[in-house]
Amino acid sequence: MSGDLLIRGGRVVDPASGRDEVGDLFIRAGRFSIDAAPEGCPVFEAHGKIVAPGFIDMHVHLREPGFEHAETIETGSRAAAAGGFTTICCMPNTMPVNDNATVTSYIVERARKLAVTNVFPIGAITKGSNGEELAAIGLMKEAGIVAISDDGRPVMNARVMRRAMEFARSFDLPVIDHCEDLNLSAGGDMHEGVNSTRLGLRGIPSSSEDVMVARDILLAELTGARFHVAHISAKHSVAMVAFAKSRGLNVSCETTPHHFAITDAELLTYDSNYKMKPPLRAQGDVEAVIEGIVSGAIDVIATDHAPHPGSEKMQEFEKCPFGITGLETAVGLSLQKLVHTGHISVTRMIELFTTGPARVLRLDRGTLSRGAPGDVTIFDTETKWSYEVARSESKSRNSPFDGYEFVGGPAATVVGGIIVWQR
Amino acid sequence: MNGLLGIETLERSEIEAILARARHFQAPGRYETLRGKMVVNLFFEASTRTRTSFEIAAKRLGADSVSITASGSSVSKGESLVDTLNTLAAMKPQAIVMRHAASGAPHFLARHLPIPIINAGDGLHEHPTQALLDALTILGRKPALEGLRVAIIGDIAHSRVARSNVHLLSRFGAEVVLCGPASLLPSELLSLAPGIRLTYDMREAISGADVVMMLRVQLERQHEVAMSAGEYFQFYGLRLEHLALAKPDAIVMHPGPINRGRELSSEVADSQRSVILNQVENGIAVRMAVLERVMG
Repeated sequence: MSGDLLIRGGRVVDPASGRDEVGDLFIRAGRFSIDAAPEGCPVFEAHGKIVAPGFIDMHVHLREPGFEHAETIETGSRAAAAGGFTTICCMPNTMPVNDNATVTSYIVERARKLAVTNVFPIGAITKGSNGEELAAIGLMKEAGIVAISDDGRPVMNARVMRRAMEFARSFDLPVIDHCEDLNLSAGGDMHEGVNSTRLGLRGIPSSSEDVMVARDILLAELTGARFHVAHISAKHSVAMVAFAKSRGLNVSCETTPHHFAITDAELLTYDSNYKMKPPLRAQGDVEAVIEGIVSGAIDVIATDHAPHPGSEKMQEFEKCPFGITGLETAVGLSLQKLVHTGHISVTRMIELFTTGPARVLRLDRGTLSRGAPGDVTIFDTETKWSYEVARSESKSRNSPFDGYEFVGGPAATVVGGIIVWQR
Repeated sequence: MNGLLGIETLERSEIEAILARARHFQAPGRYETLRGKMVVNLFFEASTRTRTSFEIAAKRLGADSVSITASGSSVSKGESLVDTLNTLAAMKPQAIVMRHAASGAPHFLARHLPIPIINAGDGLHEHPTQALLDALTILGRKPALEGLRVAIIGDIAHSRVARSNVHLLSRFGAEVVLCGPASLLPSELLSLAPGIRLTYDMREAISGADVVMMLRVQLERQHEVAMSAGEYFQFYGLRLEHLALAKPDAIVMHPGPINRGRELSSEVADSQRSVILNQVENGIAVRMAVLERVMG
């Protein structure tokens, strides 16, 4: 996908180069150019809007192959575009699991044909994500994966994780871990604390996240691997990542919009659209996550977009699957809860969606510099809009933010010089 | 009153009104205030005593009642909870009494159905009519709840009876001491309501108590057994010698069914202090008051 496009008159913000000025941005044949745009070049008027490098969501579940009733590569990428994302990375927990080059190639090929955004697969750490035998990591890398993870079914065996990190290091891939000690969290449906006690729901203690973050940081030091914590949510975990960074380890982490935007108090209605892993935590954890975003302990905002069809969410809370959709509300929530509240600048927010993930995954994106792929996210910080889940581009409707009022959000999404979505 | 989901969200005045009406229903007799009305008892979890109690309560008010248990119903054929309830709602009962093993199941349904739901116990969460009948029973022996010292002993973590009682007793100014082994007594319980204390020591819990409430050991709700039955009884089983520590007129309660020799000794169960059978009797009066308030 490549085209010519002149984006005119917006506030161009490129954290990678430090550029922040009102001006034009020209994309020629799908890549950023510093030449003057020729006569007749398509123009997007961006006055009053912010023109940023294309946003990257490094944690998405596209459900294809195997669960196409919940989402497909096509619908997921459309939801991503509607949320301002130009690049998404899809987790391997499909059916079959993306644990070999054949499945990787299938995803890459389907994305090339049907996706409106860039799609980079993440390969499994172990075969079938069973936590025992390592997947074909090198061959998957050749087929196009950008990281490995057994997201949702974390590797419990520390020895297996050690070997995975060693392989990941040799193939220069980051290891992304969904940090959850499955023994500590077994049977849990929400964060363990005051509210789970009140509601009579079984708890998932913060320690189930913390002990695995600790283990993996130590293994990253042992192996020299690049280690990335998925959807960090607990305050001690944030502190440990900050400590690992201060010691110079190659450790990074992401958090999700819902983990900085809302707490486990939302569960008081037993609405399963607030049920996910890691669970919504307590106020102190949310504050620590926001502090981590401000301080730089947290590198990335990723959505953990996890579509489930309505029928699966319309049952007893404890029977409902974990996960919520998030692609279309991420930018709105980030503006609302981080920028408008004064915690961070717009520039820092853009970093969390661009240079942050690009650095973790070593992508040649997340920048507006000359020659880079012409992916652009255009958004504004003032327009009032409300999210209507019934009109979502996703196949699923499991969002807790239905009817939520936002101030500012995505205006247009440009992939390789082509406008793939605009409000 | 639009259904009864829990004590936590119930107004104090509402509780007082139910208890006053229940006192009236303690007198034997038939009342016809719900003639021509229908209640469905939907039990997704086995319960002979609560179901029977609701059935008798409905009958004494002249209402028609239909009881459905999970086994042998469409539930076991894979019908979802919402579909089951929608089907029942289409038959236009005035209320649905519901027992379910999942916390919050009645709250979830109350959001999706137009029919009032009476919670007859949801998972580990609440069992509001049990707390109401317990209050009625205590008030049969004590002048007021305010200032009473109530010890609740056993598997607090997995007990909906404990949660509902904590909310009710605290609302009326009783001092509640919760007691059990640490794995069944999370410290977050302190946040449930004001006036709660926790202790792992049963003797401390009973000392000076006006009411000793024993809970059933809910082995089916625990993921792992922390103590053997013998060890549990040794440290948390109520025996006659314990009663000497309580106030001289202290009463012993248990939501049933009791396990003699597990939570309490046979001697205690049969002693003059035990009001366990009064609880059963008061259950009918309280459920009549609730049914009448919801359906009348």
